Amino acid sequence: MAVLSLRPRPAVRRWLPAVVIAAWLACWPLLNGRDTLPLAGSDLTSLHRWINARWDTIDNSRSGNPFFHYFIGAIRTGLDAAVTFAQALISQPSFGRPVPVLGWLGVVAVATAIAFLYANLRMALLTAASFVAFGVLGLWQQSMDTLSITLVAVTCSLAIGIPLGIWAGVSDRFDRVVTPVLDIMQTMPTFVYLAPLTLFFLIGPASATIATMIYAIPPCIRLTSHGIREVSPATLEASTSLGATEWQSLRKVRLPLAKQAMVVGINQTMMAALSMVTIAALIDSPGLGQTVYQTLQKMDIGTAFNGGLALVIMAIMLDRVTSAASRRVERTRRAGRLRSSAYRRWKRPAALTVAAVLCYLSYTYVWAAVFPTLGDTSSYVPRAAAATSAWVQNHLAGFTGALKNLLTYGMLNPFESLLTGTPWWLALVVAVSVAALLVGFRTAAIVAVGLVLLVVLGLWQDSMVTLASTLVATFLVMVLGLFFGVWMGRSDRVDTLLRPLLDAGQTMPAFVYLVPVLGLFGATRFTAIIAAVAYAAPASIKLVAEGIRAVAPAAVEAATSAGSTVGQLIFKVQLPMARRAVTLATSQGLIYVLAMVVVGGMVGAGALGYDVVAGFSQTALRGKGLAAGVSIVVLGLMLDRVMRAVAHRVELAAHGPADRGADGGH
Amino acid sequence: MGYIARKRNRPTLIALALGIGLLLSGCSAAKIGSTSTTATGKKCGTFNLAVNGWVGYEADAAVVAYIAHKDLGCTVVKKNLTEEVSWQGFPTGEIDAILENWGHNDLKKKYIDTQKVAVSLGSDGNKGVIGWYVAPWMAQKYPDITNWQNLNKYTSMFKTSESGGKGQLLDGDPSFVTNDAALVKNLKLNFKVVYAGSETALITAFRQSQAKQTPVIGYFYEPQWFLSEVKLVKVNLPAYTTGCDAVTAKVACDYPPYPLDKIAATKFVNSGSPAATLVKNFSWTNDDQNLVASYIAKDKMTDDQAAAKWVAANPDKVKAWLAGT
Repeated sequence: MAVLSLRPRPAVRRWLPAVVIAAWLACWPLLNGRDTLPLAGSDLTSLHRWINARWDTIDNSRSGNPFFHYFIGAIRTGLDAAVTFAQALISQPSFGRPVPVLGWLGVVAVATAIAFLYANLRMALLTAASFVAFGVLGLWQQSMDTLSITLVAVTCSLAIGIPLGIWAGVSDRFDRVVTPVLDIMQTMPTFVYLAPLTLFFLIGPASATIATMIYAIPPCIRLTSHGIREVSPATLEASTSLGATEWQSLRKVRLPLAKQAMVVGINQTMMAALSMVTIAALIDSPGLGQTVYQTLQKMDIGTAFNGGLALVIMAIMLDRVTSAASRRVERTRRAGRLRSSAYRRWKRPAALTVAAVLCYLSYTYVWAAVFPTLGDTSSYVPRAAAATSAWVQNHLAGFTGALKNLLTYGMLNPFESLLTGTPWWLALVVAVSVAALLVGFRTAAIVAVGLVLLVVLGLWQDSMVTLASTLVATFLVMVLGLFFGVWMGRSDRVDTLLRPLLDAGQTMPAFVYLVPVLGLFGATRFTAIIAAVAYAAPASIKLVAEGIRAVAPAAVEAATSAGSTVGQLIFKVQLPMARRAVTLATSQGLIYVLAMVVVGGMVGAGALGYDVVAGFSQTALRGKGLAAGVSIVVLGLMLDRVMRAVAHRVELAAHGPADRGADGGH
Repeated sequence: MGYIARKRNRPTLIALALGIGLLLSGCSAAKIGSTSTTATGKKCGTFNLAVNGWVGYEADAAVVAYIAHKDLGCTVVKKNLTEEVSWQGFPTGEIDAILENWGHNDLKKKYIDTQKVAVSLGSDGNKGVIGWYVAPWMAQKYPDITNWQNLNKYTSMFKTSESGGKGQLLDGDPSFVTNDAALVKNLKLNFKVVYAGSETALITAFRQSQAKQTPVIGYFYEPQWFLSEVKLVKVNLPAYTTGCDAVTAKVACDYPPYPLDKIAATKFVNSGSPAATLVKNFSWTNDDQNLVASYIAKDKMTDDQAAAKWVAANPDKVKAWLAGT
């Protein structure tokens, strides 16, 4: 740390950032409104026009271009065929039959058998119940369409992601190259690349699959690489000293040890793929996304909720089964394959036989092929949801309006006018010097580059509006994250109760619950903040809870026996010891909040989110939409790098050489 | 050991027994016959119809698809797409027709004039209106609010947490062109444009406005099924004259009337498909569309049910559309 010696003494350094911020606040009334680089809704900068022109060039030249014709064409044909085949198997009438090859009973049987063989009996029961629920909700075919396209997207993601992940795991250079690319893939709003995708891959399943894959591949690559890197050097050295070649030690040592991380990667990839279902419906991707999207056009909240519920069930099922499978991989690895009881020997053929018999039945007989209609039961959920939504909007609007005004006038508006009213150069100076003083020069350089990029992209003021909402939302996420996270981490019963709700918050398509929220809070930035909090808080809550739970029981016991109160225990022992989890929860919360910026733009947040949506819908604005998407990526990467640097310093402060200066800042 | 092994085998036995039982029980049930898809009209073949995301369009598509399938034997493939993406489907043959096009002169220039892959098949009979609207209770309580010159009188009523001390003009659906920022400036109105960002957000705002008697003024359009639920009242802006909207930044007049037209792929029109003739002949009124749209949105009928009901009640119109197929 050569840099350290250049810094002033800790006591002075602790106060310097505060001085900078005070100077900023003092300058603000004088400079307010100067050089704030506003850009009205339909105005464009020359950069935006330039992008528009390039776009037209590509569009016009595509018909005669061999690259489009052969390369892109081949990918497109392959993906279309794969999705059509999966649909023929489980969802669409095929091969001259009025029904798919496998009827509902066959699908239930195969899925249950898979869950039974790779996870356990409980998961098998959960799987069977989930699939039956799709039918009971009256959404069998839509669910199977969604499952088909998700399976194809996940399979392709794994086929590409696992090899790339292995490469990133063994090669530092490739890892350095690929990491920022993955960051961009995960933070770039889907709306930005949806229209260009249909330009390249045309309208149809291929475009929807690729859109899904762009978002779903990164976790697979990251976790595979992570798993391979986690293998302890001692183990590797042992294998090398036994004369294993690099290839052998990869295949025989690293890959088997990385297996669990890879299964977690599959889990994350599936979740990411499912979260794309609704957006992909905008380019005619079949399935539950259509149900949600189409019915929202008619403000039919009940039916939209129904579709959303099926999606939540599918996500929870896939999550639980793959998690159980990953735990089993870990157990098997630890235990080794010692016993081979008769039960184990017979389990596989038995399950497969039963599944095969049921598949045959569902291929042959109508009752096993078409999910029976259960009279009126499938309309209970939509009616109940519609009634609840109407009741909430009619009875709570007065109270919620006051809450919205309180938070908007009290917190959001002042903060936003501070950010948007500051001249861009002053904001740059303040941000860079605070970053340099608090975190380090490297981070300050990143902040400088990021802010300059925002200016160049031409959307400075919109970026500041979005940044203000993002930070307020992240603050609320952390308030919830700490409160519920600590509660959940300290009580297993609360955990069991809350977890399904958190899962639902993460997987329910936002628009479904946004309609009642719109009724309560109107088309405002506050509604957008609620959307972001609903999506981001569950992840933060879970991370905090895990951190609290990971605190050594011995430490908790020692504090309790020393007579600590519950409050002391939480604030003096559990939270400080879980600080790594808390910083991770904050940075993840921030990224998740940014992922909702575009949805926010659709419910009144304006700014970057609206620019992206408008760019997707209007040809004249697509250059601006792309610039807005890139601005969101820049904001995301910048904030992420700052958070990571802060987390690193927190770690150093806690474990490294006593450097209390870093602690005072936050 | 033998006992344990037997015990552990039990699930297998149960499973086998269950399987055999199911097999037996299934024998008497109905079997799946090998049927070919019903309507494979040789004359028509596949008809790829774009369906844009508003219910009025869905009503157009429901009726045209119903007739194309039932009377012409076409295999109709409806594709749910946004407007821009639908146009992208013309050169590649993935889209044969768009039934309700709102303006989009830039796309017309590109695909009709330059690439020559699409043609306009004339009006679908619907007339699009874009403008500023208020809920009916407001027009009743403040009768002069429908004249733009009085809007500044009511500014304080329209203030919200989003509008920074001015009145809020709720703008909206990102797919529609809006001149509202320029209009507010050029008409010297003390309003701020707030972007609701989606049709859903706009409709919710107007619905709440009527139910709770809260003041809202915003951008809306007709034909739109929501108007049959809440009959919004249009605010009169300075009348539109040809060319008054030529320079976006200087616009100070109302939106032009939009004659909604049908666009079809050139290849499709020249193919002699009877579906092309149907699209060419298709034309109905705003009332027709609103009726079918409310069957779909309010009465929750499927597209086919709604179309069947309307077609049964309007045999003459349908007959005229089928002329020459």
